[in-house]
Amino acid sequence: MKSYKDYMLFDKLPQTWCAGCSHGIVLQSIAAVMAELDVDKHDMALVSGIGCFGRVDDYLDINCMHVTHGRALAAATGVALGNPNLHVLCTMGDGDGTTIGGNHLIHAARRNINVTAIISNNYNYGQTGGQYSATTPTHSITQTSPYGHIEDNFDICKLAIAAGASYVGRATAYNPVMIRKLIKEGMQVKGFSLIEVMSACPTHYGKFNKLGEAARMLKLMNEQSVTVAQAAKMSPEELKGKLVVGVLKNEPRDDYYTEYARIIEAQRIE
Amino acid sequence: MGKTVKKFMEGNDAMVAGAIAAGARFFAGYPISPSSEVAKGAAKELPRHGGIYIQMEDELSSMAALCGASLAGKKAFTATSGPGFSLMQENLGLAVMSELPCVVYDVQRSGPSTGAATKPAQGDLMQAKYGTHGDHSIIALAPSSVQDCYDLSITAFNLAEKYRTPVIFLADEVIGHLRATVSIREPEPGEIINRKAPAPGTTQKDFRPYDYSGNMPAPMVGVGDRNLLMRTTGSTHDEKGEFRPTPENIDRVTHYLMSKIEDHVDDITITREYKMEDADTVLISFGCSVRSSMSAVDLLRKEGVKAGMLELVTVWPMPEKQIRKALQQAKNVVVVELNMGQLAGEVRKYNDYGCNVIQANRTDGVLITPKQVVDALKGGMK
Ligand SMILES: Cc1ncc(C[n+]2csc(CCOP(=O)(O)OP(=O)(O)O)c2C)c(N)n1
Ligand code: SF4
Ligand SMILES: [Mg+2]
Repeated sequence: MKSYKDYMLFDKLPQTWCAGCSHGIVLQSIAAVMAELDVDKHDMALVSGIGCFGRVDDYLDINCMHVTHGRALAAATGVALGNPNLHVLCTMGDGDGTTIGGNHLIHAARRNINVTAIISNNYNYGQTGGQYSATTPTHSITQTSPYGHIEDNFDICKLAIAAGASYVGRATAYNPVMIRKLIKEGMQVKGFSLIEVMSACPTHYGKFNKLGEAARMLKLMNEQSVTVAQAAKMSPEELKGKLVVGVLKNEPRDDYYTEYARIIEAQRIE
Repeated sequence: MGKTVKKFMEGNDAMVAGAIAAGARFFAGYPISPSSEVAKGAAKELPRHGGIYIQMEDELSSMAALCGASLAGKKAFTATSGPGFSLMQENLGLAVMSELPCVVYDVQRSGPSTGAATKPAQGDLMQAKYGTHGDHSIIALAPSSVQDCYDLSITAFNLAEKYRTPVIFLADEVIGHLRATVSIREPEPGEIINRKAPAPGTTQKDFRPYDYSGNMPAPMVGVGDRNLLMRTTGSTHDEKGEFRPTPENIDRVTHYLMSKIEDHVDDITITREYKMEDADTVLISFGCSVRSSMSAVDLLRKEGVKAGMLELVTVWPMPEKQIRKALQQAKNVVVVELNMGQLAGEVRKYNDYGCNVIQANRTDGVLITPKQVVDALKGGMK
């Protein structure tokens, strides 16, 4: 049996993340899933963007490509089509993956690129000091919404489902067992899968909104969570402010490369 | 000699043919005139050669996808023009920093912004080198004929692979849409350069995807190699590809990114001369303006002026030696280009010889005429 440690680099520890940051939980989950699946490292490629979570590649002992802010999924599209035999993971923050990079998210989902996107959603731009992102809840305080945020926020999973993702799931950093289950299933789907992990940035978002220590933030998240089965029995009113966790969509269809390979097969002259 | 066939085609199509002959098997782009025929040709031809075409949602993602495909081992290209080239700049820098070979076809058009879409211009000369932030060097080639679009495409991919760098194919509307009979010569296997792979038996412990000790890039593997893992990043990194923002490391990376190209300027430079032997009046030009300049030389010769022309096929790195030679040789130098004097500024940098440097510019979306070149010379001649 392999351990998550077999997929990690330890010479970079301690991590750069703040004490209590949830990104480390997601990192450990990714490594644990690779161990559970016993994948060959050489078949794994991770593309990450810029942000606190973007630094996840520093600690993984697999093929890694660290790109620009917002463009990780676009680069991952190139990797996945350049070598269709790879498992491509794409790790992004909420700013990276849904705000500056939101356009690439919907198109990668629509095209059904064979990538497992993992978004660690801490409701703000942790890296740059805690400004609001496209997922910052309305009325909450960030460095750039000192009087309360007036915009409506994206539901990342609903966005990915509407855009055509094959597999979509959500878990909170309170529940690493669920994170691992979702990442594992996502990796086994050939096509676009998206796993949203609700995570805590105690340093900025937690502080601005007086949510207390990281442990309390995770507990609050857990209290907000309802499973897909529970949610099915709840009214839209009752669901307000809740986080629906679990598998939200699992409808695999042929991925972009599989479709394109048919064109190659039919047209090939060389 | 490889098999040669003659084909009547336009510049943009010849670029696709050249890219495929060079071994390119991945295209990601976003259509824009006057480069769209490159996308059209790539969509049609790539699957026939086992390659992949993908039309991305914009040019930011196109350039990022090129980086990804290059890292996965593919020879990758895109095609764009002014507005799209501007959008590519950030990830062009990513390709520079991560040392991911690829070719960016920029079929220049008038600007800034939408400008007089889609009239010809050569206003991206400076952007090709200085468009992305931070110090670095780059390679850019400018075709002046449809034949060049084919032949220089092979050169562009070869240089990209050899120096692990993005190469800008700085074409323009005139050349992109020009039609001519082209010799499509299948390259010999030995003519095609592929990125250097690590020595057989290299272990992960010994493998370094980057090398800052000299002025040539380290060998690399495509992601998915059975023995070696690759690591790249747009952040300042060490030999292993790991983030290292120390002053010493930042300094050596910057110097390396300059010298890996500037130290090989002789290998990278392609220039052509026309009636230069006895010339005391030299026209310096690139791309479509070369065609007007050649005719201008002929007109001037008829009038008894000893005119000649220096064509810069490689525009970056700037062919300093050849430009200096022209400045030394001539009394008058006319820099001919479809912009307000971007190349002229470079030529003046090297003018330690008291040569009279005259500008012949046109920026109204029409190719400069030979007569305008002659008039510019007469107006500024000493
Ligand atoms: C093009 C560009 N714009 C802005 C930035 C500055 N920047 C770096 S990280 C970041 C936000 C990161 O937020 P998120 O993706 O949510 O990750 P987190 O830090 O919260 O993990 C920003 C705005 C950048 N690096 N590049
Ligand atoms: S600033 Fe926030 S997101 Fe960044 S490391 Fe600290 S806790 Fe994590
Ligand atoms: Mg964030």
